Amino acid sequence: MVTYIIRRLIGAFAMLIVISMVTFGIFFVVPQWAGATPEALASRYVGRAATPETVALVAERLGFNDPVVVQYGRFVKGLFAGAEYDYGAGVEQCPAPCFGYSFISGQPVWPDLVDRMPVTFSLAIGAAILWVVAGVSVGVLSALRRGSIFDRISMGTALAGVSLPIFFTGMISLVVFSYGLGWTPPGGAWTDFTVNPAQWAYNLLLPWITLAFLFAATYARLTRAGMLETMGEDYIRTARAKGLRENQVVTKHGLRAALTPILTLFGIDFGLLIGGAILTETTYTLPGLGQFAILAIRNQDLPQVMGVVLVAAGFVVVASLVVDLLYAVVDPRVRLS
Amino acid sequence: MSFLDVKDLKIHFPTDDGLVKSVDGLSFSLERGKTLGIVGESGSGKSVTSLGVLGLHKGGRARLSGEIWLDGEELIGASAEHVRRLRGKKMAMIFQDPLSSMHPFYTVGHQIIEAYRIHNNVSKQVARKHAVDMLGRVGIPEPERRVDAYPHEFSGGMRQRAMIAMALSCDPELLIADEPTTALDVTVQAQILDLMRDLQREFNSALIIITHDLGVVAELSDDILVMYGGKCVEYGTTDDIFYRPEHPYTWGLLGSMPRLDREPTERLMPIKGSPPSLINVPSGCAFHPRCPYAEKTGGKDRTEVPALTETEGGHLVRCHLDRAERRDLWENEIKPALETP
Repeated sequence: MVTYIIRRLIGAFAMLIVISMVTFGIFFVVPQWAGATPEALASRYVGRAATPETVALVAERLGFNDPVVVQYGRFVKGLFAGAEYDYGAGVEQCPAPCFGYSFISGQPVWPDLVDRMPVTFSLAIGAAILWVVAGVSVGVLSALRRGSIFDRISMGTALAGVSLPIFFTGMISLVVFSYGLGWTPPGGAWTDFTVNPAQWAYNLLLPWITLAFLFAATYARLTRAGMLETMGEDYIRTARAKGLRENQVVTKHGLRAALTPILTLFGIDFGLLIGGAILTETTYTLPGLGQFAILAIRNQDLPQVMGVVLVAAGFVVVASLVVDLLYAVVDPRVRLS
Repeated sequence: MSFLDVKDLKIHFPTDDGLVKSVDGLSFSLERGKTLGIVGESGSGKSVTSLGVLGLHKGGRARLSGEIWLDGEELIGASAEHVRRLRGKKMAMIFQDPLSSMHPFYTVGHQIIEAYRIHNNVSKQVARKHAVDMLGRVGIPEPERRVDAYPHEFSGGMRQRAMIAMALSCDPELLIADEPTTALDVTVQAQILDLMRDLQREFNSALIIITHDLGVVAELSDDILVMYGGKCVEYGTTDDIFYRPEHPYTWGLLGSMPRLDREPTERLMPIKGSPPSLINVPSGCAFHPRCPYAEKTGGKDRTEVPALTETEGGHLVRCHLDRAERRDLWENEIKPALETP
């Protein structure tokens, strides 16, 4: 078990290195293949009025003339040990983990990312709890009452949930509940949990429900299919033959076995989501990682884009690692060796 | 009244294609300490009958009628909750495939403890001791250690032993074993059968063994019920069925048994054709399309359902052929063919 975890950690780490290489390549090597000179890269770091000499000097100081491998090495070193940037107007310290400086604000990227993480985490965790609880329970009930009115209505709703994009349901919900009924605050409201938990939850309620609706639909359908399969298994008949109460037969024996594929999907979904719920954050103008990514791309702010991509990739890798470990807990037939 | 009395049991399933009459008017009875073998091909209604006795069709689509009396209580009219309380405690079941019949995510011990604690209000520690004890009694070595193993970590025979331990954990008075040895190696089959016989003596329970294998029931049964198309076609003591069988279907089953004392070059004598559809049951005697002696009934085989009639001493046969003719066929045609050295 311990060796397995260590091996998986090493694997996850290697995966992150590969991702960093690919990201670095896309943002720093591909432009050069496309004909961008070191000066063109450097010109992003200096003011509009800079003379060609200044640009060339900055390019040299930032190391854009060095071989790609050296540049990548410096980038990785910055991630772990921090880096020093010399723009010509004095040396600036960029503490580890250093993702570089924003072209636009001139601020280090990492603190900005850290600032935005609580927003995305709050959104993702709250929505995840909602959608797992709602999706799984609706799925179980649908499976148990297959063909009933409840089953048909919930599966119809689930189909709608899967098909409707968040910028549609999000907009509609804002129009109805915020601007129409005034029950929830309009977009853009964010209060940190540590400041006021009640306000935090109140502000996030609508985004949570909208996001959860989208995912709950998938989970309900998956749970229903899984339950229909497991409830027909021989061991369910055995559980009933033992005289077990039907509700325990369903939860302890049926649902337990149907959870494995749900767990898989959850790992992927949740990992992706904490890397930035781009559409939801944009719809509700929440200052999270997703909105950060959109702004960075719009501004062509390369260090910011790289930073957010690496952080998001890191979350996906970690989430899938956790899910793999949980497999062994859920299904003892999975051997971690 | 016997300990278990099944009277005119009918279990029908409405489907889109029509009514499936899985069990159609079955009656039998069984005393404590006795063993009944129910024999028949796939689809003859053996398993459906056992699930019906346990009340496992309740809440499903099945339509049950008739009476099932267990120790003076009628079960078909009883509430689902009442039957649930009896299940596992008063009557228990051993299933065919122990791997798929045990939950793959729980340890063997956990599943036995669960079965025990449903009907006994005891702490987990006490139940665990009981589980270890049960595993030891069914012949699992090192039960203290194996109690924490998962079903997939057991061999097939050990799994079936664990399954038996689970079924017996609450000392049931009626034990139904549905093809208990079908999924096992031949060498293990004999061990499991021995174990079941020993445990039955120890617990003095009533045992129903459901199988398609006459060899299995020959070992264990006091009485044998031969089912065909949801009906009983022959019922008698084990000696009746093996030494004085009177129904052509029973003859076919006996002829289909591979035997070591016969020449390997000899062919088995299988029953021709396949089991009847339970939706469009053949008119008259359900066995007539496959019966080699159907012409001897003078057309009655297609028009009239034969009645289950007693020949002598509780031996029941459902056949249009008259008794003398059946005896003659058995003595002069079937028995010599089966006994060819």
